[in-house]
Amino acid sequence: MPEDDAIRCDACPVLCYIKPGRTGACDRYANDNGQLVRIDPHVVLDRAMSRGDSVVPFLDRDREWDGTIVTSPENFVTAIGAGTTYPDYKPAPFIISSTVQGVDMVTVVTEGIFSYCGVKVKIDTDRHLGPETNLVRSQGEPVGHVTTSEYGSQMLSLGGVRHLTGGSRKEGTVTCETLLNLCDRKPVELTIDDGAKVLVQAGKPPVVDGTQEERMRVGCGSATIGMFAKQWLGKVDEVVVVDDHITGVLSEHQAGKLLGVRETGIKMKGHRSTPGRYFRVAEPGTAWGGTNIADPLSILQNFNPKIAWPKLRLFMVSTTGEHHAYFELDESLRPVEKELPVLLSESVARIKENCEPALCTVLFMGGAGGSLRAGVTENPVRLTHSVRDALTRVTCGGAPVYVWPGGGITFMVDVTRMPEHAFGYVPTPALVAPIEFTLKVKDYAALGGYMEHVRSLDSILDGKGRRRLSANPDNPWPLAPGKSPRPDPRSDQ
Amino acid sequence: MRMRAQVRLLEDGRRLHLHDGPIDLIAEAFGETTEVEAAYRAAAERFVNVLDELCSELTFLRRATRTDGPLPSRTIARRMVAAVMPYCERTFITPMAAVAGAVAEEILGTMTAAGRFSRAYVNDGGDIALHLAPGEHYVVGMVERPDRPSLFGTATLDSAQPVRGIATSGWRGRSFSLGIADAVTVLADRAAMADAAATIIANAVDLPGHPSVVRLPACLLAPDSDLGDRFVTQGVGKLSSAEITAALDAGAAVAHSLLADGLICSAALHLRGNTRVVGREQLSTFGRLENLELGWSSASALH
Repeated sequence: MPEDDAIRCDACPVLCYIKPGRTGACDRYANDNGQLVRIDPHVVLDRAMSRGDSVVPFLDRDREWDGTIVTSPENFVTAIGAGTTYPDYKPAPFIISSTVQGVDMVTVVTEGIFSYCGVKVKIDTDRHLGPETNLVRSQGEPVGHVTTSEYGSQMLSLGGVRHLTGGSRKEGTVTCETLLNLCDRKPVELTIDDGAKVLVQAGKPPVVDGTQEERMRVGCGSATIGMFAKQWLGKVDEVVVVDDHITGVLSEHQAGKLLGVRETGIKMKGHRSTPGRYFRVAEPGTAWGGTNIADPLSILQNFNPKIAWPKLRLFMVSTTGEHHAYFELDESLRPVEKELPVLLSESVARIKENCEPALCTVLFMGGAGGSLRAGVTENPVRLTHSVRDALTRVTCGGAPVYVWPGGGITFMVDVTRMPEHAFGYVPTPALVAPIEFTLKVKDYAALGGYMEHVRSLDSILDGKGRRRLSANPDNPWPLAPGKSPRPDPRSDQ
Repeated sequence: MRMRAQVRLLEDGRRLHLHDGPIDLIAEAFGETTEVEAAYRAAAERFVNVLDELCSELTFLRRATRTDGPLPSRTIARRMVAAVMPYCERTFITPMAAVAGAVAEEILGTMTAAGRFSRAYVNDGGDIALHLAPGEHYVVGMVERPDRPSLFGTATLDSAQPVRGIATSGWRGRSFSLGIADAVTVLADRAAMADAAATIIANAVDLPGHPSVVRLPACLLAPDSDLGDRFVTQGVGKLSSAEITAALDAGAAVAHSLLADGLICSAALHLRGNTRVVGREQLSTFGRLENLELGWSSASALH
């Protein structure tokens, strides 16, 4: 039977007993002084590869001069696979020096074990996913909750310490697995209490109750009226843009009035907000314009016979153009569905064209805690100050991060900008995420850095177990000179 | 944790990478795209259950095999037991000696059942199961030290020969070895057979009691090793050329007896830059590496 100093790894069902300083059967998990750590190959980003020089010799010292006057190092060592020294108060696994335009830089790389972490998920959809604050479940376990609706999107907040370690063992394990899969850009099925079932995958369209979301709405119903009123003029007498938020009616809307659109005697259900704008014409749902209606006529009352006329042309469309119908009033002023005229189908196409592709976006959010910072400097708070003062650049697997203002180093990163398989987990359960701090050597010394542990970039590149990846060309190069460490997430808005 | 298994195509868009716990496979099939896709899907569906299946019988699979012992219930475990059975009367061996080859065989079988291919292979960390349609061939490169990949020889395998399995064993590899061979590469009819035979021959390349060989009880290094308190090689110091010859002689004698019993087709034994080949002509130790199509840094490279 195992002796006292062996630990049992529960990362897979082999359940190895691992002695200190040794790895399990997989060579990926190891016992580091009694702590189970992941020791995947260490990822080195190669800038040249991202430029399309697919195979450059590793550390080719004889490379011909390419005409540039200054170069920044072509390799950036990420923290992926670097391991961690948690929970010991000792230097980070790798502290690497390099020279950037004549300035000596140092990058401290470590993998953080984040019990306090989660993901923020933005799902581009107008469909109703579930009431705010309701639980989001994975495999039946609560892993997070529905938070605010944003313009054309629904936000979910998943993970966090309460689900990871505050609930049952199963809740923690499933939460950890869900976060890991989302961060690894794998598809994850989530169900929302009293709501929808959503298939979420970073960078891919959401699938809501089995229907893949194609496009975001072009605007709310009222905005859509405003955007397209001129194009409808003369082609149709009345337009209703069905929307869960604000349904727009052309003839009553300010835009219609300005264009001299004649009154039609239409009567809507729901609450009129301002002329031509209606709240709550139906309940939220996954049908027309994020409502629960399958038959658009169900939101209309009878036309006013004093104003309406036979043959009146009525066009109803959702805010994405996905649903649409065309009617003409008969002699008794009842709408009868007719084939959509070509001129209006062009308008449907235009609405669709103006809707951006619907995506799921996943931002990992974690806080670099005390012991992680202690691996960088003997005086951890100075690292926080240094990040605040924009002297230290924080990256996550080489990807730029947004650092929250306020205390601590709480950051968010778009997982699609990170290398694949950048995350891991420990059975605590907690996520393992890479984090790198890059700063000038003199600043590092000033904040009490472990100067005696600084190694040269070359010594790292020469080592074994390095996984060389091409850098993401959309990311700023982590070692690029300049003072831009502060929040610079790619703006999607 | 569920959903541990990773299934993905490698960056070349052609090879399938399957990973779960200690199992790491690379598979490739050559054929019509729709058939390749079907085969990869079938392989992935089979693969996600492999580790749980093996672990459900792990205690049994870590015990010494006996000819009169019980048979396991699952197919991969049965392949493992069948592969080590021929050795269990002459020496200590557990089914784990054939686990990599048996997994490779199982996944290859799943793939070839799902489509028609000119060639296909599944490489489980250097233990390789092959499929060759009539008239097809492979060139295999052999690596002396997995930690320092460089080819020391090649083998050409064509469909007319019975070889459908390749395996490499040595003390520097991921599994423990009782011997001192840097690498023993075996060609056999099937991957699990090759895997077991490579283990047996690598154990036999040895200098018992030699002071330069560092050996430690397996259980001291890995408490749950199937080798228990048997001494496994952890380091090899200076050896004279006479000692290298003696160690290779000992291994070659075992290899010859396995050849005579029809358990292997060929073996290449490697120690300190010296290579001994036993068996048919397929192993060209200093063959030229022409027309190489593939390569990787496992214990064997396949082309």
